[in-house]
Amino acid sequence: MAVDAGVQQGAGRLDVWAIGAIILIGAYLTLWGASHATDSRFAIQMWTALVAFIAGAIALFGVLGRGPTADQSSRYENGVVKAGVVASMFWGIAGFLVGVVIAAQLAFPNLLYFEDWGWTNFGRLRPLHTSAVIFAFGGNVLIATSFYVVQRTCRARLAGGLWPWFVFWGYQLFIVLAGTGYLLGITEGREYAEPPWYTDLGLTLVWVVYLLVFLGTIWKRQEKHIYVANWFYLAFIVTIAMLHIVNNLAVPVSLGGWFSYSLFSGVQDALTQWWYGHNAVGFFLTAGFLGIMYYFIPKQADRPVYSYRLSIIHFWALIFLYIWAGPHHLHYTALPQWAQTLGMTFSIMLWMPSWGGMINGLMTLSGAWDKLRTDPVLRMLVVSVAFYGMSTFEGPVMSIRAVNSLSHYTDWTIGHVHSGALGWVGFVSFGALYCLVPWLWKRKTLFSNALVEWHFWISTIGIVLYITSMWVAGIMQGLMWRAYNEFGFLEYSFVETVEAMHPYYIIRALGGALFLIGALIMAYNLWRTATARDPAHVRATDIPAQAVAAE
Amino acid sequence: MWKFHKWFERHSLILIVGILVVVSIGGLVQITPLFFIESTIERVEGVRPYTPLELAGREIYIREGCYVCHSQMIRPLRDEVERYGHYSLAAESMYDHPFQWGSKRTGPDLARVGNRYSDEWHRAHLVNPRSVVPESVMPPYAFLARADLNTSLLPDHLRANRLLRVPYTDEQLANAATDARAQAEPLSSNAYDFEHRYPGAASRDFDGNPDRVTEMDALIAYLQMLGTGVDFETYQAEAPENTR
Repeated sequence: MAVDAGVQQGAGRLDVWAIGAIILIGAYLTLWGASHATDSRFAIQMWTALVAFIAGAIALFGVLGRGPTADQSSRYENGVVKAGVVASMFWGIAGFLVGVVIAAQLAFPNLLYFEDWGWTNFGRLRPLHTSAVIFAFGGNVLIATSFYVVQRTCRARLAGGLWPWFVFWGYQLFIVLAGTGYLLGITEGREYAEPPWYTDLGLTLVWVVYLLVFLGTIWKRQEKHIYVANWFYLAFIVTIAMLHIVNNLAVPVSLGGWFSYSLFSGVQDALTQWWYGHNAVGFFLTAGFLGIMYYFIPKQADRPVYSYRLSIIHFWALIFLYIWAGPHHLHYTALPQWAQTLGMTFSIMLWMPSWGGMINGLMTLSGAWDKLRTDPVLRMLVVSVAFYGMSTFEGPVMSIRAVNSLSHYTDWTIGHVHSGALGWVGFVSFGALYCLVPWLWKRKTLFSNALVEWHFWISTIGIVLYITSMWVAGIMQGLMWRAYNEFGFLEYSFVETVEAMHPYYIIRALGGALFLIGALIMAYNLWRTATARDPAHVRATDIPAQAVAAE
Repeated sequence: MWKFHKWFERHSLILIVGILVVVSIGGLVQITPLFFIESTIERVEGVRPYTPLELAGREIYIREGCYVCHSQMIRPLRDEVERYGHYSLAAESMYDHPFQWGSKRTGPDLARVGNRYSDEWHRAHLVNPRSVVPESVMPPYAFLARADLNTSLLPDHLRANRLLRVPYTDEQLANAATDARAQAEPLSSNAYDFEHRYPGAASRDFDGNPDRVTEMDALIAYLQMLGTGVDFETYQAEAPENTR
């Protein structure tokens, strides 16, 4: 009887049937692709996707059989956020590990390249590293935190029934297909936009559903105002959709193959790509994570956001100016100079809203600065904002054409990226995850604050080693390239500049390894927190969010 | 003035429209003119579409992620022009879908690597970079020499390019697969037709293995043509139509 009721209830659920239809269509398309595959790489991708769709279908039947899936212990949907936390930690460690491996490859090429294993070469692992940390780790953190934050700040359960789970698993499938694809040699050949055309199409569908789930929750809200964190999340979701679709316009060679030719070529393709590339930084790695800053720092410090007006200026100025900054990746190239100048000008102006946001985040601690001594999680969040300030100062400096003529093509850029990625994105994510695990698993505290201290200091030392070694390496390399001897000839051959990098590449790999060790300590700490059996650590209810009202 | 903002905070659709408007402006102003301003791409002689073999080599170049360590964009700076050759022109990558300008030089720029080294050097270097450059940190690509080149899809590759206005002829499309083999087998019966269809393209056994057409053939054919198109003896860099 109970089972019948469950099935009936399930039968009435449009979301389940719609997702079932998508899985069915997806399974058919992958089967078709596998049977029409023109090369084995594409066939492997299709079979991988088919296995995922079959697993999805089985899971869906499980849901149907069980009837209503809602976890009634909370008025909010926490399950998908929990899954996102686990996925973030998993992909984070995987991505950091690949980063350490490729850093070591450049330091010790004789030990870490294998002649017969093309898939372990730097060229294939490097996109795996960048995509794993940006899209797999960062993306999961963004999806999980946005699903958490939007529910609390709207006082509404996540919209769409099973659709948030579709977003979660669809996104994991995107990651797996993209990542295994890189190892196979499947890439579109443009940085951070490497996934092939069919994976891009799948992600587009997932992303549209993500937007609708997020918006649907906002529409259900019991607060008059949409909280500032949600503006940033919304800008992130909408703008990434725009960038993703335009930059990935392409003509596949055949529907049974992975290779495609991008719609644009040469100079137009270059600017479109860096319009995308820089705003992947601006909207994925900045706007989205600013959403995290605007919720988790006030929450953890137990203080309201410093300035409401500053957050309005911060928001609109940041998203308006960021879009223009792409051409600073193309200084002195064949891109027309007017475009380079525009890119440089807006990059320098971008310094202002960036620091406005930093000030808004840091000053939120007014009256609570003492907590930095006692709360290592809050310290991690605050240090992330400090790194944000540092790298958003360094960025405008490097966007100046004269500086860029030295820094471009060198490891200085790599160092700059990592001060933002490890210091800002990494630490703000870690801080948010350290907050979320006790909140979601209903624990009074983390398993160990001392382990958070260890994580904080080991990772901070790692970041410092990383960025200082890359500063030295990059500036040295840039100066060596342009050095002349007393006879007016170039002083160094190219390979002499490669040789000079060796000690710094070792230091960099060491820094990355420390960062990875910190993340492993964190994973252990979070695991122990979530699985704690001590009833004294268990707390009963959600703490309701404090939305900051406008006016 | 601040009260005005409540419209954005209370109506999600107004907020979304506001975001879309604000984030569209920059791209529209910067990118769209590049398709219409004629001086964006210089008018030069000598830039031709890739031969099928070079196009296959380019696919391998992309597949192996060469672009993550090698740029193909020489900047108009004294040291770069002396080290690598004439600075790159926009016209030189006008048939590149996608562009491969790169962003990092862990290895040297390759925009003009064509005809700089012998095929034999490239072979040895790709098989084991440290055999010819001991300090190199480049991965080995010996497996390319063992992989037969799949030429069956090349007509589709050319067709996709033609759809994107790369000027391939019907004849070039129909013979793409045989042309790829002919370029790597200069003594074959199709070699004459190949040279007729792609005047000026180098035709030789690039990988030193006359029995097979391998991925190594394709990649070296691509590398050896990079930056060799434009005749800089006659190119007028200072002419008004060529300055941007």
